[in-house]
Amino acid sequence: MGKSLRVAFGETLAKLGEENENIVALDADLANATQSKYFKEKFPERFFDMGIAEANMVDTAAGLAHVGLTPFVSTFALFGAGRAYEEIRNSVAYENLNVKFAFSHSGLSVGEDGGSHQSVEDIALMRVMPNMRVIVPADPKETEKAVRCAAALDGPVYVRVGRPVVEDIPELDEKPFEFGKATVIKDGTDAAIIACGLMVPIALEAAKTLEAEGISTAVINMHTIKPIDAETILKYNSKVKAMVSMEEHSVIGGLGSAVAEVLAGNAGAKFSIIGINDLFGQSGKPDNLFAEYGLTAEHAVEEIKKML
Amino acid sequence: MDYEKKAKEIRAEILKMLFACQSGHPGGSLSCVEMLMALYYDTMKGLDPKDPKNPERDRFVLSKGHSCPTLYAILADLGYFPKSDLASLRQLHSHLQGHPDCKKTPGVDVNTGSLGQGASVSIGLALGAKVQKKTWKTYAVLGDGECQEGLVWEAAMSAAHYKLDNLTWMLDYNHLQIDGSNEEVMDLGDINAKFKAFGWEVYDVDGHDIKAIDEALQAPHNGKPKFICCHTVKGKGVSFMENQFGWHGSPMNKEQFEKAFAEQEV
Ligand SMILES: Cc1ncc(C[n+]2csc(CCOP(=O)(O)OP(=O)(O)O)c2C)c(N)n1
Ligand SMILES: [Mg+2]
Repeated sequence: MGKSLRVAFGETLAKLGEENENIVALDADLANATQSKYFKEKFPERFFDMGIAEANMVDTAAGLAHVGLTPFVSTFALFGAGRAYEEIRNSVAYENLNVKFAFSHSGLSVGEDGGSHQSVEDIALMRVMPNMRVIVPADPKETEKAVRCAAALDGPVYVRVGRPVVEDIPELDEKPFEFGKATVIKDGTDAAIIACGLMVPIALEAAKTLEAEGISTAVINMHTIKPIDAETILKYNSKVKAMVSMEEHSVIGGLGSAVAEVLAGNAGAKFSIIGINDLFGQSGKPDNLFAEYGLTAEHAVEEIKKML
Repeated sequence: MDYEKKAKEIRAEILKMLFACQSGHPGGSLSCVEMLMALYYDTMKGLDPKDPKNPERDRFVLSKGHSCPTLYAILADLGYFPKSDLASLRQLHSHLQGHPDCKKTPGVDVNTGSLGQGASVSIGLALGAKVQKKTWKTYAVLGDGECQEGLVWEAAMSAAHYKLDNLTWMLDYNHLQIDGSNEEVMDLGDINAKFKAFGWEVYDVDGHDIKAIDEALQAPHNGKPKFICCHTVKGKGVSFMENQFGWHGSPMNKEQFEKAFAEQEV
């Protein structure tokens, strides 16, 4: 039985609270949605509901970090990376303060709430800030590792989590998680799919189809978007003939852009970016939305075949 | 109009819509039914379902956009689109989005859903009417939790500064938000005193009494923006939802829906 990445985040945060009494948590009236409620229940004296006031929440966290505490800030990705963007940029990242951001309800998989709530730009917004690190976990087990990693690092880190219940990916979870180092889930010699978050199981499905047709396909889980693992990207760039990236995010500024920044100026594989094509989302069920916006295994297969 | 009967019909539509999509926000939709009825059936001028963009119409901003099922039910009742569309709420390609979308839904004036923004947009509408020497009015409905946004107070300050006596905000004061009561999450204090101090003309009414809301809507602005504090019950009209913050955004199962629907006696 699976669980949502937000629940995995909430449970891990509560465990971290036990291990490290410096950790405090802040939420903006969404503790019951982001699942920071687990921490709230265990450590009410170290949990601060700031009300529906995201900008104030982020600056308060900056103040808490100034006096030596380790704040975890959570809300929906749009209201964190969006509404409180400049607070994160100037009060936290500019000073390289030790504040952690775990924003949930990212991407189209928010579902029925629609375009006003589906953040398709938060990776770009967070990635562009100097000092910020960005991790996009793919399954519940990796989320625990990502949240622990964020707590252990010094300085600002963004962990992107989502709303829906997902299954663990056994092929991924048996491999070690290393910050800044992509996890090669399976190797391949003709093509490579570089994916993050909820696109990882879809990438595995695409690889299976391609393998059945005799196209040896690597699947790379790029859990750390920043700092990006240039070494692995360049290795596959010279090894395979076609690469695609897949993300539940705009094609502008996210994982695909980060990979393209590494590839710029290098000869090698053809590369194509799969993501949301510069569009806002809309209401619908997550799976239907993935199909509507082309975040599917079929699309990845098609792109790779086009390039080979 | 038989207000009581109409309110029950609207609530029945809201429940049907939310049960069908198994998502959405029952509590805050049910609490603002009478407030929106007072606006749409008795107060706002220039509304024409055949010409939803009539430039001389009064404007409405549902700043607590998550309560849009109430707005959709009323717009359908007024004939902006067929009632049968309501069943498509929150489905892929529906014109009825999870939060109001003025590019998709006839009769919706402004996109909302991100709390606080609608309040500020209403300032621009009212200011725009003044600049263009228009007589149409702007109305907005805000949530109490929403009033925790700094943006709301930036907007409140600018409304008084620009003497927007063509602007009315109504507060759906149901005292609940997502994580609990306002008092537990982030106390609003004396909200009427705050708006008075910000330079607004303040009225205070029972938010389920349409006649009382109508009176406050007709009452003088005295040269200022108007704030009507409407005391409401979250989940109003469904016995097991009333005053329960857990019903902010939870789907109903079949048994719960049948009970809630039966209580509307439609
Ligand atoms: C900027 C922003 N932050 C958070 C949310 C998530 N959210 C949706 S509804 C809600 C609670 C709203 O409470 P209130 O304003 O009291 O509404 P009501 O009780 O009338 O439903 C929250 C936090 C949001 N929509 N926008
Ligand atoms: Mg409320």
